[in-house]
Amino acid sequence: MAVDTRVGQTIKHHDEEYKVIGTRPIRHDGLEKVTGEARYGSDINLPGQLHGKVLRSPHAHARIVSIDTSRAEALDGVRAVITSAAFPDPGDKLTGGGEAPGLPLKFKSANMLARGKVHYHGHAIAAVAAANPHVAAEALKLIDVEYEVLDPVLEVWDAMKSDAPVIIEDLYTARADGTTAEEPSNVAAEMLYEVGDVDAGFAEADLVVDREFTFGVVHQGYIETHNATAHWLKDGHLHVWCSSQGAFTIRQELADLLDHPITKIHVVPMEIGGGFGGKTTAYLEPLAALLSRQTGHPVKMAMDRADVLKATGPTPGGYVRVKLGVTNDGMITAGYANLAFDAGGYPGSVVGAGCRCVFAPYNMPNAKVEGFDVVVNKPKTHAYRAPGATHAEFASETVVDEICRTLDIDPVKFRLQNSAKEGDWQLAMPPYPRIGHIECMEAARDSAQWQTPLETAPGKKRGRGIASGFWFNIGFTSSVTAKLNSDGSVTLLEGSTDIGGTRTSIAMQFAETLGIAVEDVDPIVADTDSVGQTDVTGGSRVTFATGLAAHNAANDMKDQIVEGLANLWDVAADSISHADGTFSANGNSATVGEAAGLLEEEGVFPIGKNTVTPTREGGAFAVHIADVEVDDETGKVEVLRYTAVQDAGVAIYPPYVEGQMQGGVVQGVGWALNEEYVYNDDGHLLNASLLDYRMPTALDVPNIETIIVEVPNPGHPYGVRGVGEVPIVPPPAAVANAIHDATGVRMSHLPMSPARVQAALADEA
Amino acid sequence: MATEIQSGKVHVQTTINGESVDFLAEPRESLLEVLRDNLGLTGAKEGCNNGNCGACNVVMDGVLVNSCCVLSVEAAGASIETIEGVASPEGLHPLQQSFLENAALQCGVCTPGFIVAAKALLEENPDPTEYEVRWWLAGNLCRCTGYDKIVRAVLDAAERMRAEA
Repeated sequence: MAVDTRVGQTIKHHDEEYKVIGTRPIRHDGLEKVTGEARYGSDINLPGQLHGKVLRSPHAHARIVSIDTSRAEALDGVRAVITSAAFPDPGDKLTGGGEAPGLPLKFKSANMLARGKVHYHGHAIAAVAAANPHVAAEALKLIDVEYEVLDPVLEVWDAMKSDAPVIIEDLYTARADGTTAEEPSNVAAEMLYEVGDVDAGFAEADLVVDREFTFGVVHQGYIETHNATAHWLKDGHLHVWCSSQGAFTIRQELADLLDHPITKIHVVPMEIGGGFGGKTTAYLEPLAALLSRQTGHPVKMAMDRADVLKATGPTPGGYVRVKLGVTNDGMITAGYANLAFDAGGYPGSVVGAGCRCVFAPYNMPNAKVEGFDVVVNKPKTHAYRAPGATHAEFASETVVDEICRTLDIDPVKFRLQNSAKEGDWQLAMPPYPRIGHIECMEAARDSAQWQTPLETAPGKKRGRGIASGFWFNIGFTSSVTAKLNSDGSVTLLEGSTDIGGTRTSIAMQFAETLGIAVEDVDPIVADTDSVGQTDVTGGSRVTFATGLAAHNAANDMKDQIVEGLANLWDVAADSISHADGTFSANGNSATVGEAAGLLEEEGVFPIGKNTVTPTREGGAFAVHIADVEVDDETGKVEVLRYTAVQDAGVAIYPPYVEGQMQGGVVQGVGWALNEEYVYNDDGHLLNASLLDYRMPTALDVPNIETIIVEVPNPGHPYGVRGVGEVPIVPPPAAVANAIHDATGVRMSHLPMSPARVQAALADEA
Repeated sequence: MATEIQSGKVHVQTTINGESVDFLAEPRESLLEVLRDNLGLTGAKEGCNNGNCGACNVVMDGVLVNSCCVLSVEAAGASIETIEGVASPEGLHPLQQSFLENAALQCGVCTPGFIVAAKALLEENPDPTEYEVRWWLAGNLCRCTGYDKIVRAVLDAAERMRAEA
């Protein structure tokens, strides 16, 4: 067959022309990644290295009566065994500027190694360092732990009951009004967001649709498992090599958890094999550090896949209720939502973000959203790509589809007439800046898929669904240091872990600003000693924020070159112009390369640098279209065709914007149709392998058609919006709406697995 | 070619990427462990250690295998090809070039497995359909790309290789 090398479509709503931005260079780190030479966390081996393993709880909820490590310590080849006693007492300290600052440190510490009580199946109990991984694994079997097993609480609706077993005995609800509950419970926090008068809004409605939805726990499913290697030197310097979305975050967490001076902690970010929000916090790093301190040797640790699924941070299951009121002509009068998410074994779910996203694509005069952060006997949950938004918008986009069906209004028309736009309110945020939801919806309407009638087939149930999605994007802090080399090339140090081509998207913005070729920039993900503060790779922030730092650093370098040339040419600095990478004044001119050579002779070596904490994130919208076929015998849903439309602001590096869109879609399809933690009544996770926790393969999905819409973000010099997260948001609703179109059945639980679809079809019949 | 010695370790003689290689291994060690930890060939990755993700793919005596599911002693007398042997001194394999040009990788940790698996496919079937590519690569999990660009890269490489053949 002929190879289809077409690239996705781009629709521009601006007139900017760039030399580097928007091109498709080969990524700087590509060669070492296609040859196997790239070094990921587990690829490092140090002289004298020991290997660590973690003992995990076989129970979901239990008191630890005693731990006896003596038999393990006596095994030949075992060098150290630690329990929670190895950690300093966290007291009442709060976590520092890491992933979630301001939470009680005692919770994070107890999640590293259980302190007195087990909160979930797989909770770490003890860690061993031994001569090799097999001896370490044998030693785990020789650790004797006596448990007093307690009844587990697994679902938010059970955990919120007044007679539920309380998992954390001193947890008092932080209420939305700022007060604290007097009795302990599993509800860590309540939140409330309100705009207008929701009761009055519902009173004006001709139609009110009120539906409940439930969710299984899903995992980010990165292919590289967690790993860390630590070497604690006798002078107190601690070197850590790890696979994390944020080296600076890990450094802060180590300082907090180990009560160790931050200046003595050096974290080296190795290549990272996927993260999606799940590698934003420490698990093994503190254990490897403590084992290294105790043994005097470097200690390497790596989780196996079962550990990853049981004991890292999946994203919550839970409950969402959405109620929307509309007039007969399809204008939304009011929205109410209620979200309760699993925090897992310790407080801190992503429910707040879900609350603020649930109605984000729409401008409605009245809205009220309540959220509950609920502790249950499951692993401490974490972010997963647009955390909280997928649950929330699955619910609201399904209700919107039901309203459109009931009122017989075209779903594109409904979304266009109710769409959020510049100046409209956002919950707990300033009003929207320029956003591109309408432009995305129009592009979806005009797409090849929407314009092509669904192909019917005899005896096949086929349907088409459409859904919108929103995710905020986050600024945080980023740093870049750029060194001009004497040949005019630039070594660019940046602090953002590169999970999907961001070295290049950062380097492209630097090259555009300085007027050089992107191939003349050598971007390096630097360690915590070598570049300024850079927060976690998350919140779709890297190309936006670290890219801005690169743009600013290029301007800093440009100013230094101008100053050097002004001295050399004996002209005023402000008389030197810069265009297309050439500096000129008074008949003198020099390219960046020539300037670098001239300045070198003067002993001038410009170093451009910048640290920036931008706040003008653009916000990201997506609209997706799914065509599905439902097998009414088995309940299996096949995605036949899929189009993803997304406002990228300006796509700096289009092939990798398309890649984010396509990857997000397939993760969203997995969440929609298959992926789910399966627990038994005792709270044991039954599917902790990649055979049983089944993620989509190449055979499960079609090609994903992409349409990049460019509505520039006014808050960034090149108009960048973050692109990484929002593409996971619409797929479950788009697929659910397509299932309804095919079968007439509304699905109210994720995943919409074959068994659930089959049961829903049987109920309908 | 596999001789048990006194320490309980086994002396294994094998061929890796055309070079003859000797190593000592415990009988319980997998081929993946030996490649990565004893021989420093870290291009094959551990994603699941039970044959479900394909990140550790190598070719053993012409057969695509998950090296996590092969005991290292089974490598005795075999000929093994790993990702480190795919490029030649003259340059990248067309699949590697095609992965770069088609942006067919994001985090890159599954990429060596995909390239080893795709190379095995194209040696068996130089002109696969899109469905045949997807079917063959269903043993390799990628969580970043959604597979679209990987499938295009393999089809693109197949076309280049047919043109050069």
